[in-house]
Amino acid sequence: MSTTVVRAQSTRTSDSMLTGVGTLLRFALRRERVRMPVWIAALTSLTVSTVAGFPGLYPTAESRQSRAALMDTPAATAMSGPGFGLDDYTFGAMLANEMLGFLAIFVALMSVLMISRHTRHEEEQGRAELIKAGVVGRHASLTAALAVTVIANLLLAVVLTVVLGGLGIETITWGGSALFAVSLAMVGVVFAAAAAVSAQAFEHGRAASGMAGALIGIAFALRAAGDMGIDALSWLSPIGWAQRTKAYVDGTAWPLLLGLVVAGVLIAAAFVLSTRRDVGAGLLRPRPGAASASDALSTPVGFASRLHRGAVIGWTSALFLFGAMYGSLAAEVETFVEDNPAMQDFIRAMGSASFMQSWLASIMAMLAMVCSVFGVLVIARMRTEETAGRVEAVLSTALTRTKWVAGHLAVALCGGAVVMLASGLGLGLSAMASTGDSALLADLLGAALAYIPAVWLTTGIALMLFGLLPGAVHATWVVLGYGLFIGMLGPLLRLPSWLNNLSPFSHVPQLPAVEVEVTPLVLLTVVAAALVSAGLAAFRRRDIG
Amino acid sequence: MDDTTPAIAVTGLHKSFGRTRALDGLDLTVTRGEIHGFLGPNGSGKTTTIRVLLGLLKADSGTARLLGGDPWTDVASLHRRLAYVPGDVNLWPNLSGGEVIDLLGRLRGGLDTRRRDDLVERFDLDPRKKGRTYSKGNRQKVAIIAALSSRVDLLLLDEPTAGLDPLMEATFQTAIQEDRAQGRTVLLSSHILAEVEALCDRVSIIRNGKTVETGTLAELRHLTRTSITAELAGPADGLATLANVHDLEIEGSKVRFDVETAALDDALRQLTSIGVRSLVSQPPTLEELFLRHYTEETARGNGKATTS
Ligand SMILES: Nc1ncnc2c1ncn2[C@@H]1O[C@H](COP(=O)(O)OP(=O)(O)O)[C@@H](O)[C@H]1O
Ligand SMILES: [Mg+2]
Repeated sequence: MSTTVVRAQSTRTSDSMLTGVGTLLRFALRRERVRMPVWIAALTSLTVSTVAGFPGLYPTAESRQSRAALMDTPAATAMSGPGFGLDDYTFGAMLANEMLGFLAIFVALMSVLMISRHTRHEEEQGRAELIKAGVVGRHASLTAALAVTVIANLLLAVVLTVVLGGLGIETITWGGSALFAVSLAMVGVVFAAAAAVSAQAFEHGRAASGMAGALIGIAFALRAAGDMGIDALSWLSPIGWAQRTKAYVDGTAWPLLLGLVVAGVLIAAAFVLSTRRDVGAGLLRPRPGAASASDALSTPVGFASRLHRGAVIGWTSALFLFGAMYGSLAAEVETFVEDNPAMQDFIRAMGSASFMQSWLASIMAMLAMVCSVFGVLVIARMRTEETAGRVEAVLSTALTRTKWVAGHLAVALCGGAVVMLASGLGLGLSAMASTGDSALLADLLGAALAYIPAVWLTTGIALMLFGLLPGAVHATWVVLGYGLFIGMLGPLLRLPSWLNNLSPFSHVPQLPAVEVEVTPLVLLTVVAAALVSAGLAAFRRRDIG
Repeated sequence: MDDTTPAIAVTGLHKSFGRTRALDGLDLTVTRGEIHGFLGPNGSGKTTTIRVLLGLLKADSGTARLLGGDPWTDVASLHRRLAYVPGDVNLWPNLSGGEVIDLLGRLRGGLDTRRRDDLVERFDLDPRKKGRTYSKGNRQKVAIIAALSSRVDLLLLDEPTAGLDPLMEATFQTAIQEDRAQGRTVLLSSHILAEVEALCDRVSIIRNGKTVETGTLAELRHLTRTSITAELAGPADGLATLANVHDLEIEGSKVRFDVETAALDDALRQLTSIGVRSLVSQPPTLEELFLRHYTEETARGNGKATTS
């Protein structure tokens, strides 16, 4: 009798919510042993190689001030940051102002992907059950996922601080570097926490990471809008908080606290939500489906559309809103020019295009890069269909490989075009509403149209990899990352034109700021078609699985 | 369509994945209208063979003919005439089971809706649930119903009933027998010996990517030992000297031994010459039969047992 009591007590004491977290964390770190160092090394070397170029590119105070003048425009502000320290544009100020926002996007992505890899995807594959059936507390796996992501962010902060501080470049101080690096890590941790919440709400990893990805876009957009004038908006964005630590200028650490508090609240919410649902299920319950298939579902395109339906709707509406949000700032840009006679001279000297038009062109370029993500995701999904073994069932019917690819490709290409046009429509409609210039709508739809070939080209790269090197489909993200790098940092780094030209987006005429040029658009389309055919031909010859 | 060509004719098939040799000279012949059991230990190459037959994998060497066509080049025309049930069914998270059944059937060129409704009822499947909300057995049922309600000549079934409960297993066996009555050919990879015994006309056993045995169950039984227990009228002389007799135990007038089934004749003749009071003969169980083929160290070439 007495022994049973003792045993019951001892189980109770060891049965904590966190039992097994140490084992799980070690296991998670082991699974990240390649990915985590690659992310950290890539982000660090990107930062360092950029900064190391500064003294050569901007040797004198005058050259730095002329860069500062360029940064003091709405277009530059929307792209990079609020422009602290522009009066004395040191290397440090340049680094913080022009790179922090860019790096923050990738640190956020790293964190979101890491969280969803260790939470939702595990559940979806049924692996989480294996783990949770072991001696593991209810909160242990979410804790381990968060811990591994926080560790990644802290490691990144340490490595960045040491390497930046160690460069010994004037004004890139140790203290500034630490603040810069910790600000980035703060962004990563906040998005990790947001992703942890979204992993509870959605049943599918894809939807959960999609939601968290959309949050990154919103955070970037909010800070862009905020930095252009409506300051309060920047205070809604973790990226805005990071920039407001004013690293290398007059550093203040307290915005970091804001990040910590928000992350803490989100993490608490994630834990609470996780106890309200079953393992494998989301908070949002799927409804029962139809008992039989509609005729439309049974065609290759209909079938593919059905699989991507949620993504198409989500992306189209998100990009429409994203465009609309930027368009609403068009009036601010006009006012900025009216209030700034020096700028008017500058623009007159530059030539025909209005200042607002070149601002809109740069926004359009950014939207196009975001839109490309859609097509690449569709192709990446094809690879998932293959590795999950679902494509076997489909290809064992009379559906040929070509037709199966054609179905998904149609969704990727048409969907990519629709998403692109939706962003142009949003941008155009709201720019028109905010400035009263009705010509803007047609101009911006035209600009969106011009980006479609470049968007298709990135889809083509993904499809080519899917056919030739299916394990490397995700390498397409490097191309998109490079496009973003060239788009956001190319001018700062004054890169040689061949490096610029490697990005498909660099070949698109900057509508509506310039005249349409048809040749590059035709060429981009031809290259996209060639990539697609190469991928398809290879896919028809290779093993499935 | 020429009805005399075998439904499946595979000779000397090789397939490697990097350094892993999945198929190493596999032979397989399935004649039209038969249910052919496809057996072998885990990792012996059954799934790989079926995936080559489906044109999903390209063989490194050897020939494979399916319904008189080439599985790699004649994909669409062949696939219209066959249906496949994968061993590990993974459904689309946002499609219901009913939608998947219709989708796969229609992509194959049409399905028999009466048979579908009949099977849905007999397998007791709720067709409105979506992908992940099905249990393993129910996902398996979706694939089975999709395959069995197609109007096809050939069924390729890769461990189709792993995960089904005994009641559903019985339903499956009945359904397959109905298909046999329709003249369909079935290649059935399975580890469930009762199912193999109940359904299969012939079986092929493979190990390490090679065929080690093929024939009817009766023929395979013939290649193994039968246990004999007998009470004799006189002393058990001469039995020990007989070839093919093993594990002989003599206890007074009682004997117990195992004998190669092919040499049963000689042993019985010896017993009757002594005089038999009682005799119990036990044919090898299917388990014994397969365990021997699964665990044997060396694959045999001529089909004669090498015993120790
Ligand atoms: N896509 C693949 N890549 C590498 N090895 C594989 C692949 N598919 C199968 N194999 C290997 O080939 C062998 C045969 O596998 P399989 O045909 O699945 O066996 P079975 O279905 O008989 O259990 C195994 O050793 C397996 O590990
Ligand atoms: Mg198998």
